[in-house]
Amino acid sequence: MTTFLTAGLGLKPQHFDAALDCSSAGLWFEVHPENYMVAGGPRLAWLEAIRSKHPVSLHGVALSLAADAEPDAAHLQRLAELTRRFEPALVSEHLAWSSWRGAYHPDLLPFPRSTEALVRIADNIARTQDVLQRRIAIENPSHYLKLDGHEWSETDFLCELTRRSGCGLLLDVNNVHVSAHNMNYSAQDYIDAFPGEAVMEIHLAGHSQDPNLGAALLVDSHDAPVAPAVWALYERLIGRIGARPTLIERDDNLPAFDVLLNERDRAAAVLQETLAEAA
Amino acid sequence: MMIAPGALGRFQDEFTHALFAVDEVAPPAVAALVGQPAFAVYRNTVIKACIDALQANYPAVNRLVGDEWMRAAAAVYARKALPAMPMLLEYGADFAGFLAGFEPAAELPYLPGVARLDRCWTEAHIAATENPLDAAAIAQFAEGNFYRLRLQPHAAARWAWCAEAPAYTIWSRNRSDAQDDTEINWRAEGALLTRPRDAVIWCALDHAGCVFLDTCANGGTVAEATQAALDVDKTADLSQLIATLLDAGAFSRICSEDR
Repeated sequence: MTTFLTAGLGLKPQHFDAALDCSSAGLWFEVHPENYMVAGGPRLAWLEAIRSKHPVSLHGVALSLAADAEPDAAHLQRLAELTRRFEPALVSEHLAWSSWRGAYHPDLLPFPRSTEALVRIADNIARTQDVLQRRIAIENPSHYLKLDGHEWSETDFLCELTRRSGCGLLLDVNNVHVSAHNMNYSAQDYIDAFPGEAVMEIHLAGHSQDPNLGAALLVDSHDAPVAPAVWALYERLIGRIGARPTLIERDDNLPAFDVLLNERDRAAAVLQETLAEAA
Repeated sequence: MMIAPGALGRFQDEFTHALFAVDEVAPPAVAALVGQPAFAVYRNTVIKACIDALQANYPAVNRLVGDEWMRAAAAVYARKALPAMPMLLEYGADFAGFLAGFEPAAELPYLPGVARLDRCWTEAHIAATENPLDAAAIAQFAEGNFYRLRLQPHAAARWAWCAEAPAYTIWSRNRSDAQDDTEINWRAEGALLTRPRDAVIWCALDHAGCVFLDTCANGGTVAEATQAALDVDKTADLSQLIATLLDAGAFSRICSEDR
């Protein structure tokens, strides 16, 4: 990373014009690379226009690193091509799987954190980093199911992945809040145990209650403002590990660009305060 | 609990099976998961993402049949054919073929043709960027030499002939906000979609034009394409057709004069 990123925003096509016009200091944008894996045309032109004004981060959702298979070579090449073309400030992926036996399941699916899985995923991350020729950040997932067969805590599992593959981590604070609620553990303990030095990026997002199960199950829906409890966890985290690039994610129930920019400014203020204290 | 080698793959086999096998007894590795109400979150998310993608990729079909019908048809399609790749923009390549055999769509004979044109739009939208062939590049050839040329269709050019229904008129009315309630002349129709610059544009294309482009795409010479066009329509005005195709940006370059 050549420039230090402060707070950024997930970029949606509806906000392209506003994003292009925006000149907030330190602002950066994150996109899902899968939406830009095209041969040509206006999508790539849009992203090039954004990239000419702002740093961009590629946040993949489909490498399926936790599948018991190597990442799809063609998909990896497409990601490498985008990485060469857009020179993103950050590249990240999920601790999850989605492609299996030639079918893509558009979701981030869970798995038992066994040592077998650890070895496979560390190898998949290493392959990815070799092809991309850069370090990537791996994101902690949201949990909805109680799985048997975990041999590692998630924070230890992620820490070991960084040790074996040299990868960094993306800490999604909303995912921590959602998972802790659903799985009945302490979000604060998780945040405190997270390997801070490996954190390359932080995600903040909104969640909602499951339409059928209500408050018993929170869903990482990205369709609401960042919740107060998530802001509190974020401030606790930043207080411990220092300022890190922070992204406001919003994918659904999209408000005006300025509304998202206000949330982004709040995160930027937290980072600024921490940097000022450290100086 | 100790996990045997290969357990991760078995878990993934059983998990993906359980996502769609709603009425079956789940195998042991995932029975404890499927029994939890939260398993429905995964079932719903996977199928919803597929349905959302099809709805987005087939906007004219969606507008014609309405959200409820579209989402129900998309759910049937998705359960038969999950995406093969993560680029959901490309999901549903054969949705038109699916609709042609989809019993509830039997009374909508124009629907597969409309779906094909939605698909043509997507393919034109994401195709490689290249400059269209300039008409002046053609004008330099004497007529005899011109017929020996092979014209390469532009990477973004897509065309389709619908023998069953006026699919182009129905599709174009449902791709734009302009209100056009004039009566539709029930006949076979074709269309040409191109992207000579940033945006996809379209125009009507007759059967001779579609066959002409088919022949060019298969590596035929202008003479062969002309003959193929005249075979389906002996009244076809070829000079007008070629002017229309060049004007729309349907070609990218002259390949060669000889095979």
